[in-house]
Amino acid sequence: MRLPNRACGLRAAIVLLAVLLPLSAAHAGKTLEQIRQRAQLVCGVSTGVIGFSSADSQGRWNGLDVDVCRAIAAAVLNDPNKVKYVPLNAQQRFTALQSGEVDLLSRNTTWTLTRDASLGLHFTAVTYYDGQGFLVPKKLKLTSARQLKNAEICVQSGTTTEKNLGDWFKAQGIKVKPVVFEKFEASIKAFFSGRCQAYTTDASALAFIRSKEAPQPDDYVVLPELISKEPLGPVVRRGDDEWFAIVKWVIFALIEAEEYGVTQANVEQMKAGSDPAVQRLLGSAEDSGKLLGLDREWAARAVKAVGNYGEMFQRNVGSASPLKLPRGVNALWSKGGIMYAPPIR
Amino acid sequence: MQGQRWRDLTIQALLAAGLLAALWWLLDVTASNMAERGIRSGFDFLTEPAGFAIGESLLPFDSADSTLRALAAGLANTLRVALPAIIASTLLGTMIGLGRLSPNLLLRGLCAAYVEILRNVPLLLQLLAWYFVVTDLLPLASEAVQLAPHVFLSKSGLSLPWFGGDAGLFDLPLQGGMNIVGGAALTPEFLALLLGLSLYTAAYVAETVRAGILAVPHGQSDAALALGLTRVQLFRLVLLPQALRSIIPPLTNQHLSLTKNASLAVAIGYPDLVSVANTTLNQTGRAAECIALIMAVYLILSLLTALLSNWLERRSGRWAERS
Repeated sequence: MRLPNRACGLRAAIVLLAVLLPLSAAHAGKTLEQIRQRAQLVCGVSTGVIGFSSADSQGRWNGLDVDVCRAIAAAVLNDPNKVKYVPLNAQQRFTALQSGEVDLLSRNTTWTLTRDASLGLHFTAVTYYDGQGFLVPKKLKLTSARQLKNAEICVQSGTTTEKNLGDWFKAQGIKVKPVVFEKFEASIKAFFSGRCQAYTTDASALAFIRSKEAPQPDDYVVLPELISKEPLGPVVRRGDDEWFAIVKWVIFALIEAEEYGVTQANVEQMKAGSDPAVQRLLGSAEDSGKLLGLDREWAARAVKAVGNYGEMFQRNVGSASPLKLPRGVNALWSKGGIMYAPPIR
Repeated sequence: MQGQRWRDLTIQALLAAGLLAALWWLLDVTASNMAERGIRSGFDFLTEPAGFAIGESLLPFDSADSTLRALAAGLANTLRVALPAIIASTLLGTMIGLGRLSPNLLLRGLCAAYVEILRNVPLLLQLLAWYFVVTDLLPLASEAVQLAPHVFLSKSGLSLPWFGGDAGLFDLPLQGGMNIVGGAALTPEFLALLLGLSLYTAAYVAETVRAGILAVPHGQSDAALALGLTRVQLFRLVLLPQALRSIIPPLTNQHLSLTKNASLAVAIGYPDLVSVANTTLNQTGRAAECIALIMAVYLILSLLTALLSNWLERRSGRWAERS
């Protein structure tokens, strides 16, 4: 994916060294134990993507990806604040996870075959279905990305974006010139100064860039095409199936909570309700946590910490946020979207 | 004597063997750690299609070409900016270095100011400043200025007619709606990088040249002037041959730094080797391999530059003896 990317060569070097040194090897099945021992979840996040993971002026992290970390910390450690956030740029992120520097990578990362099958990682679940789009100046009077013949397109490196661009325009038989910047700031500055005829990244970020970074938002328009599928979600290291299951099922629990109408505010009342599915989710009937190596209240605590998936969405990227993104495909399956969690039973 | 030599050689051989063994151990541990964690490794990705396009390239490149070719195109782009910048910075730096020794107070002051300002501002900031000044000042591509027939200047750069193309012998740039089509383009990224690297390195070259000339004992100038040589003759026949010997080694350092500094290209969107390798790293996830490749390429470039300069140094030594 995309966005600010304060390159820290030193950190990259440290992370690389960590892979090289045999002493730091992380061992299978021990992630949960380590997290409990240090009483802290170490979560790899972005270096600043509004709505997904960014630090505010007091240094507090927030966003959809950050809420996933908080929910997991609540489920595992009984405290959503026991999380250490490690900002990682696109180049560092996988190495940091592979080397054991972070327990979990929750950093708007696209699930692809190459990443899932060759990096020693497991993608857990999708927390946001995104797609790559284009932002263009209105005065070029473009109505489709197919009209971008010979255009120069500004893009930030370190993402799946460049390859999507190559693939899509090749399929269309159109030649375009990417102008690739390492840093987000430079890439949008170049675009808004008129260096490129289009800017490309994931649609969720385009909305933000248009409304917050453009000198005149009305002078720019997002083209209708989405040229790629970008399912974003948290990633864990291979070799620890228990931890993989915990991360996956906390996310499923948040989605299922929305489905059953369990919210941050009503979670206590719902525990006492009569719906067996809700009781199973919240641990008031069966103990669903035991199978995961957690206690029976794990999901209830997660929902209490960050709300259900719908609440997380509204607060961070939806109508209650500056991004104002529509739910679209990220709505529940029962409401016309594709967010679907396997049953908790 | 003989015993001493053998002992020295043995110690050196042991040290070299130890170093190699340590390196081997490091690589071996890395490989086995990666295998244990299910991380695929190796350089097989180099022959697979790159899948991404490169904005400007000396080497014709298409996204269906191999990753190796993409990296080669990146290397070609690095050299395309480094070589002209080395020449430009050496010429400019020499003039400024001489200017600092000029009897003319104004010239001396200007040259000193140039050196102090340019070498005390971080190169990255200079590059960003040049880049954004260049792109802000130029007109939009859709409103390109035509400097001469088929020569356009805009935010897309300077478009010039070039050989080849589909139409015949010459490929002519044309105003094509939202952008200039055809011909060869010197992009703002390339121009800003060339300008930034040349001006920055020139400041260091100037100091190197000045120091080299000042290192020639003063008596030499006095003697030459007493013999009736003109200032130009003094410089060409007496100072330069002697100064070159002390100028060339540090000058090589500057050229090496310039080549390595060219990797700051990623900040301003020029697709150099590091930029292409970064993209490759992200597409393939082969971090260790990509970083190793970049390091190896820069090492080879630096060694080649050093060899060339050693050869020059020996030549200039002979020149000094002849003259």
